[in-house]
Amino acid sequence: MKSLGRYVIFLGSMFNNMESFRTYIRLFIDESISVGVNSVFIVAIVSTFIGAVTAVQTAYNIVSPLIEDYIIGNIVRDMTILELAPTITAIVFAGKVGSKIASQLGTMRITDQIDALEVMGVNSVSYLVLPKIFASMIMYPLLVILAAFLSLYGGFMAATLSGLSSAQDYIYGIRFGFNEFTVTFMLIKSVVFAFLVASISAYKGFYTEGGALEVGESSTRAVTSSCIAILLADYLLAELLLN
Amino acid sequence: MIEFRNIKKSFDGKEILLGVSGEFKTGKTNLIIGSSGTGKSVLLKIIVGLIEPDQGDILYHGRNFSKGDKDLRTEIRQDIGMLFQGGALFDSMTVEQNVMFPLNLKSGLSPKEKIDRVNWCLERVGLENANKKMPSEISGGMKKRVGIARAIVDDVKYLFVDEPNSGLDPQTSIVIDDLIAEITKELNITTVVVTHDMNSVMGIGDHIIYLYKGRKLWEGSKDQILSTDVPELNEFVFANKLAKSYKKSEDSAA
Repeated sequence: MKSLGRYVIFLGSMFNNMESFRTYIRLFIDESISVGVNSVFIVAIVSTFIGAVTAVQTAYNIVSPLIEDYIIGNIVRDMTILELAPTITAIVFAGKVGSKIASQLGTMRITDQIDALEVMGVNSVSYLVLPKIFASMIMYPLLVILAAFLSLYGGFMAATLSGLSSAQDYIYGIRFGFNEFTVTFMLIKSVVFAFLVASISAYKGFYTEGGALEVGESSTRAVTSSCIAILLADYLLAELLLN
Repeated sequence: MIEFRNIKKSFDGKEILLGVSGEFKTGKTNLIIGSSGTGKSVLLKIIVGLIEPDQGDILYHGRNFSKGDKDLRTEIRQDIGMLFQGGALFDSMTVEQNVMFPLNLKSGLSPKEKIDRVNWCLERVGLENANKKMPSEISGGMKKRVGIARAIVDDVKYLFVDEPNSGLDPQTSIVIDDLIAEITKELNITTVVVTHDMNSVMGIGDHIIYLYKGRKLWEGSKDQILSTDVPELNEFVFANKLAKSYKKSEDSAA
């Protein structure tokens, strides 16, 4: 509970003694490149293969001749949009971006760079953390949209190249019984996950004490805590928005 | 002038500072000395506001920093420059960007005026051609000099330096010490240096405060420190072999 209280105070302190809007815009652009653009490659690889694997495994589990082939595309679509694109990408995001945020802030802490900012009269939480959180909340949903498209494409490639489904059937399955709210749900999840990963990782990194070893530990704790928070939020959002 | 009165601080029940008072004079290089773990760095961090004291007042030219509101603290902080042990340069910025950082935050200077000011500071610390270098490309001594340039770039009135010679060879240490003393006189600022290096003490110690187990045990100048009769301070001053042999020969001559 003490840690949770400290986390809330940490988040609240981002809005005290803020710098000029221009400063944040510049930092936001830098962070967006670091958080978003630099994650495109890993997100693309992971999501394409996850889509492909989902298609193959779905086909493997369909044993009844009464089930049409288009169901493969249908299941890949729903699994991708509802769970795989936002959640699995969030785990990857926590591992890549979360650990980077924690180790960057941890290193800044142990090398007195954060103290240097404070001495200059800068609110270090606001200056360092706020742009990272905003950049994550903007860039991560875009990554998830990309991941969803690539996952569907991965499924398409796997299904058609291995002859599990025809291209027409797969595309029909993707379009069949489509509920637009699932996309809204995916985007809500991605914004929440991005906030959790960026803020928890920043919190863990910001309060690092000690040396290089502790920076590594903060980074590991950031990823672990982010993953737990993602799964917890995933369940809560499903209960709240789908039930 | 900076005054600090009855500063007390403890961490997790362990008392680090037990009511330390004193003052740092303008235009002088003021030193806080003492063995490791005596509370020197904690006192320095309390004075600049990085750590809140449990008790006590800090006054910058009569303005109470420790009890001041947010605006007063921000105003006073704009007059403070600090050099940290490792330089604390921002890794992702070049030397020029590091030095310009405080100007970008608060000064109303034009880009050309900023560059001129940065170049003047870098020239002053002897780093004329290092503008585009990254912190990872320069030596420890150069990092300290960049740190000094960054600390003085915005017309500061108070310069704080934490262990300026840690990790430096003796010759570079002297260069850094001399630079700190020269800048103090030139800009007529109040400089406070935390150190346990006796070379710094004898080189630049205009006014020295000796801390021992969280208390101020002695105060004076570098000319007085060798003839003190405080046993703990004597032990600190003559701790190394060279100083011990010097003391022995002095004693036997007497």
